Formats: sequence, structure tokens, C-alpha cells
Amino acid sequence: MFSFIIKGIMRDRHRWLFPILIVMSAVSILVFGFSFLEGYKQSYIRQTARFNTGHLKVVSRAYAEMLDLKPYDLALLDVSEELEEYRLRYPQLEWAERINFGALLDVPDAEGNTRVQGEVVGFAIDLFNSEKEAGRLQLAQALRNGELPQRSGELLLSSLAADKMQIAIGDTITLMGSTVFGAMSMQNFRVCGTVEFGIGSLDQGAVVADLNDIRQFLDMQDAAGEILAFFKSGEYERKEARLISTDFNANYSDAADEFSPLMLRLQDQGNIGYILNMLDASLFWMSAGFILILAIVLWNSGLLNGIRRYGEFGVRLAVGESKRHIYLAVLAEALIIGIAGSCLGVLIGSGISLYFNNTGMDMTVYNRSSSMLSENILYTSLNAYSIIVSFIPGVLSTLLGAALAGTAIFKRDTSQLFKELET
Amino acid sequence: MKRYMVYILILILSVPLWAEKATAEEILKAVDKNMISTTSKARSRMIVHSRRASRTMEAISYSRGNSKFYSEYLAPPREKGTKMLKLEDDLWIYDPGTDRSIQISGNMLKQSVMGSDLSYEDMMEESTLLEDYSATLKGEINYDKRPCWILELIARRDKVTYYKRMAYIDKERKAPLYEEWYAKSGKLLKTVKYWDVQRVGGRWYPMAFEFKDALKKGKGTQYFIDEIELDIAIPDHIFSKAMLRK
Repeated sequence: MFSFIIKGIMRDRHRWLFPILIVMSAVSILVFGFSFLEGYKQSYIRQTARFNTGHLKVVSRAYAEMLDLKPYDLALLDVSEELEEYRLRYPQLEWAERINFGALLDVPDAEGNTRVQGEVVGFAIDLFNSEKEAGRLQLAQALRNGELPQRSGELLLSSLAADKMQIAIGDTITLMGSTVFGAMSMQNFRVCGTVEFGIGSLDQGAVVADLNDIRQFLDMQDAAGEILAFFKSGEYERKEARLISTDFNANYSDAADEFSPLMLRLQDQGNIGYILNMLDASLFWMSAGFILILAIVLWNSGLLNGIRRYGEFGVRLAVGESKRHIYLAVLAEALIIGIAGSCLGVLIGSGISLYFNNTGMDMTVYNRSSSMLSENILYTSLNAYSIIVSFIPGVLSTLLGAALAGTAIFKRDTSQLFKELET
Repeated sequence: MKRYMVYILILILSVPLWAEKATAEEILKAVDKNMISTTSKARSRMIVHSRRASRTMEAISYSRGNSKFYSEYLAPPREKGTKMLKLEDDLWIYDPGTDRSIQISGNMLKQSVMGSDLSYEDMMEESTLLEDYSATLKGEINYDKRPCWILELIARRDKVTYYKRMAYIDKERKAPLYEEWYAKSGKLLKTVKYWDVQRVGGRWYPMAFEFKDALKKGKGTQYFIDEIELDIAIPDHIFSKAMLRK
């Protein structure tokens, strides 16, 4: 039966060429679109985890209430002992203490008076004792001038801020802020290098300094604003994260003590869960939208085909073929065309996606004005899910289009057939 | 005759309004006279009750009117030697650890002073209350067992930090006992309690204050004046930038 239908399709170019081209184009766009969005999502998760959230994060309960403000005055104190315990209990995780802070960066003139000043956001990471932290923030790649901090008292400054405030490598600047207890604090640092992360929100004015220097600056000995945890696999494992955070909070967190530790998953922090859900929802709506648009186009194409094959259907009905049989044959044709078009579309879309998966797309221009944490070079991510959710709409839309157009068959009046055929 | 009657009626009706306004402004003038001295020298303690802990700082400060102010922190050790100098619209902070004097301006003025419930902006107020606010007498109240007037103060110009203040003024001593400071939106920003009002150099002066930033979760900041001298001679060099590095 199917070989008969395939022969019929192959021998009539008008039946397959246009529908296959449409399905193929749409499916290839879908495959690429899905892999682009998936790549963007993974980039966002990677970048957000590295810079901000970790895969999991431990903060005080009071800090968690104002998480977006990074209130380091509500930091966890005396953390080293607890951290050792966490390391033993959750061996699948790597831990990193960090302090995010805001400060006034003041540049002195030759006489020690303020020449220029500006507000900066600061990242304190363990630069000298941790092998991974500098890598997580991709400092070597982000370095534009100078060198990474080699000794205590040195910091990195975002190149935009350095240019704006005319700060050269080797200049001494003063950071002014508040200690963890609210007292005013100042500390001099030498700018040893400038960095550009390609993240608009950071490149406007950020400093990166060693954790111990900032602990001294903010009077936070053995304290950490946040303790980030990363899966050793490097990938965010949602289910595992849920199990660990539930276990951690049951064992270490006390709702009655606002300074007891609380573990948050990546998606529990700020609006990250919402953004990830939005990205997932956009994949769904993209798919649904394509089904609808394609179905309308193919319905139209099916109607035109129906008019062209008006006589053929008439003859088939006249010789005794049932309307239902013809309708099913039309659907079978559509199924074959849909599968063929979707296969071709998957091949082309996968090819394009794999190309950008290897070479990446330069998103620097877009990231400059964006507050979203995503990498400058975006790599598409092709997976089985992208292929399946693109393939299905390709087939479904063809079937839907044919099903709608084919209903015209049931409106044919058998008693009028010969009269119609005569004309 | 009828027209004269109307004029007289208008005059009679407007007298209480005028009197009330004059009274409110007179009260405010008396408060200014009480609270703003030509010069002052004070030794004080500031206790900041944050969410986490309480810290006590001691300082010696000098002021000339509202426009010049100099203070040096004496304790605790981490803050010792930190100095602040305000000259008209400019504010500098000196840190002995870095040997740097930094000018505070822009958004930094909104930051808290030493983690307290006071902002640098609060220290920058230049004018008298009467210059900054128009006053309306809103009623009377017994506060802290003292009969008080309730004054509503509305800022006369945009530059004033707090658009509206509600103040309870001790009727007898013309000293404030309680204030609420509001934003233009009507949101309560800060409350201030004053107590231990003492006779100092012919004025009634509160020796203890409690500031509470309504937007912060802490337990407020208490400010105690341990010693104060008003209207004394203070040498000009105290209010100079050279004092910061001395």
C-alpha cells in the first residue's frame, strides 16, 4: 500500500516538492532554534554558576532574604570548621568561599587628594590557594592588560572602569566600604591588571581581589558572604542538587536562627528559576507556533493540491473507492511527505547547529548592553531532544494541513460526479 | 455698610489661621535657637545596634553652626584616628590606615555613617529648620510625660533630604522629643527619639538620641553626649583639611 502511495508521490513532482521544501525549511529552522536556545540556556547556567550562584550556594538565612543585594554584613562567620564538615558529607561537590561587596574606588592625585572616584562591585575569590577559582571566573581569558594578582594587595579592575577613570597598571587606588559590622573601612590596592568579562553588568565597574585581602578590608576574618558549591562533573545536576539541598537544610539550617546556614539551588536564587522556566516555555511556544504556521501553509497547499487533483479524486470516487479510503490515502501521502521533509530538515538544521557548535557565534555586541550572564561566544547545543521536538511538528503540521484540506473530499456529491467529469 | 461687614468677617475668620501659622513658626524658631549653637565641642558615644551585634564608638567633635563640622573617632581601635570634616557642602573622611582623605559625594552620601542609622546626607544639612521647612501646628500630645506640640514640617525646596517631618516639641523647653522623617511618597524613612534634655549654656539640649532607619532591620543607633560645651571659641584650623592628616 505504502509503496503504491510512494510511487504516486514520486511520479507527481507537484505533490511533494513544495510541501517537502516548506517542511524541510521549517524543521531546519526549528532544529537550529532549539539548539541555539539550549546553547544559550547552558551558557547562562554555566556563566551564572561561575560568577554568581554556584550549582548550590550556602548563605545565612538573613542573607538569603536579600540575596540580590549581596548583604555581606549578614555573612556567615567562622566558616572554616563547617566547611570541612560539608566537604566530608558531600564529596561530590567542590566548594568555594566568596565575598561580593560594593565599594567606592577612589584614585588619589599626587598630593593624596581625590582625583576621581566611582562605585564598583567587588568579587573576592581565593586567588592564591585555590587552583580552580581563577579558572571559574576565566580571569586569564578576561585579562586585557597587565597580569593576574601575584601577591596580596593587588587587584584586577574592569578595563572600562580603568579607561574611564584613567587608571594605569601599577597605580595605587583606595577602596572605601563598610566592614561586616558596619564600620567605615579603607584599604589601598595596586591595580595589577585590567579585565573584560564580556558581561555588561560586570564590565561597567568591577574589581576582583583575593579573598584574604578583602576579609581584612571588610573585617571578615574566617567569614564568607557566600559559599558556592560546584558539582565535580562540571554540569548542573538538577535532581542531585535537590537531594543535597534538602539534606543540607534538614541537618544544618535552623529556621529560628537567622544566621544559620541555608543551602540554595541555582534555580532558587533571584529570578534564575523564572528565567530557566521562561527559556523552557519559549522552546514549547516556538514549537507550537511553528506547528500552527506550518499547518496553515500546508493546509493551503493541500487545498491547492485538492483543486489540482479534483478530477483524479472524482474518477476514484466514480470507480467505487470510498471517500474514507481516499482521505486516508491523502493522510498517508502527507505522513510520507512530512517524514521526508522533517528528515531533510533535521539533517540541514543539525548541520548548521553542529557548525556553530564547533565555531560558536560571537555575541559580544549583544552582551554589552545585556545584564544577563552569558558568554561572549555562544555555542549551539544539539541534542536528541532538539531533534525530536523539531521532527514531530514537521510531521504533525503536514498531517494537520492534509487533514484539514482533505475534508473537501467528503463534500463531493457522488450523484454529481459524472456531470462534473463531463465538464 | 454691608461691604464693611464682609471685610470685618473675613478679617475675623483669618485671624486664627494667621495666629496658628505664626505660632508654629515661632515654635520652630525657638527650636532652632535651642538646637543650633554658634559653636560646640562635644565628646560622645554612638552605639550601633545592628542585626548581628552592638558596637560602641567614641568621638570628639567640633561644630560651627550647621556649616562646619569636624570629628575624630577615639575608639574602638579599628576606628581610632578616623576623622570627618564637613565644610559647607563638602565632606571628607580621613583613614589613618591608608593615610588617605576621601571626599564623600554623590550616592555615597546616602550611605550609612559607620554602619549607623544616620546617613552622611543627614550630616550635610546646612540650614535651620525654619529655612528648610514650613511648619503647621497639628495638635498637642503628652510624650514621655511632657506636654508637647505636634508640628508638621513640609520642605520648602527640593534639595531638603526629608520632604516631611512630624515633630513633638516640648512646650516648656522648646526642645524636640520625637521626630518622624518621611519621603515625598509618604514613606516613613527614619524616627528619632530625644531624651535626657539638660540645661546647657542657657539652652535646653537633648543629651541622648536614638535614630532608627525604618528601612533597615537593625535595632537603631543610640547617640549619647557625655560632655558638651556650647558657644565657645574654636580655632579656625580645626575646620581645615590640614587637621585630617594631623
